[in-house]
Amino acid sequence: MNVRRVVASVVLTVVFAPLLALAEEPARAIPLPQLRSGKEFVSAETRAQQDDLTVNPGMLWVDQGEKLWREPAGPAGRSCASCHGEPSSLTGAATRYPAYDAGAQRLLDLEGRIQQCRTERQKALPFAYEMQPLLALTTLVAYQSRGLPIHVDISGTVRPAFEIGRRLYYEQQGQLNISCAQCHEQNWGKRLRTERISQGHPNGFPAYRLEWQTLGSLSRRLRACFQGVRAEPFEAGSSELVAIELYLAWRAEGLPIETPAVRR
Amino acid sequence: MPATRIVVPATAKKGDVIEIKTLINHVMETGFRHDNSGKPIPRDIITRFTCTYAGEEVFRMDLFTGVAANPFVAFTTIATETGDLVFEWTDQHGVVTRGQARITVT
Repeated sequence: MNVRRVVASVVLTVVFAPLLALAEEPARAIPLPQLRSGKEFVSAETRAQQDDLTVNPGMLWVDQGEKLWREPAGPAGRSCASCHGEPSSLTGAATRYPAYDAGAQRLLDLEGRIQQCRTERQKALPFAYEMQPLLALTTLVAYQSRGLPIHVDISGTVRPAFEIGRRLYYEQQGQLNISCAQCHEQNWGKRLRTERISQGHPNGFPAYRLEWQTLGSLSRRLRACFQGVRAEPFEAGSSELVAIELYLAWRAEGLPIETPAVRR
Repeated sequence: MPATRIVVPATAKKGDVIEIKTLINHVMETGFRHDNSGKPIPRDIITRFTCTYAGEEVFRMDLFTGVAANPFVAFTTIATETGDLVFEWTDQHGVVTRGQARITVT
């Protein structure tokens, strides 16, 4: 065999094999037909509260978001409505997040994207994470996609972030030394004290949580899980937390957005 | 002023039992909790909710620290005449949040 050809094939294998591995569709631990929204793990009363929008407390944030949507901000006095028109113009947008943002040159979740609009387009000061106006706008935008299936892109530029998210999902963490997968993949449906363990899907967020007595973001929910296993939580909006959010969104492929969901 | 949501049927037949649903955005802080530095978080609750129908009181309730945040109240009344339903939530400081809805009775 020609030595040069052997060298060339070795080089090709070394350079392209990892790329091929990255391009592969990863295996799903829970097959798509077996996915269960968090809605199926709460009481019938809580489900009813979520479904009846007149009773759903999360709608207070949608109402608030609609007011903010039309409120000018920043030196140019531009509002969300100035560029986007009606909130319904963003129907389906929430199903694609977290997504790579060319302007920010990184992966952004829906909150991050709204912040990006606020600082870059409106030239206004960013909101702090979990601040009421940011929650209200995020809830309003996600609400436009209520009932639409989640579908995130994990190819190309976002693939490394996806792999980080997947690694963190399976990494045992904290004093309890537990990974996300040990509860939400291996033991979903079983009881943890008085509660049934869900599959840990993000499709209802921002959601009204009875435990919080208020509405909160997915990042707040994830940080609560980190605290639960006594690990140091990642900061809201950090690349690690958004990577986990991306992995969760990929895992929940096809589940309908339920924002604002009501969870226990 | 806290945000509210009020659901009243727009129309009803005279004598019909109608369901009214209300929701108000309020923390309903019990006063029993402490913040991260150990300081007590002061009580902040709604103490009274009333509803008048065409000027007549049809529903009243007292609220205490055991009521969860963002109180949801549903009740029924009988459609008697066309008129306004006026809802008032009074907090512990006497601040009143008012909401209104009109019903046409045929």
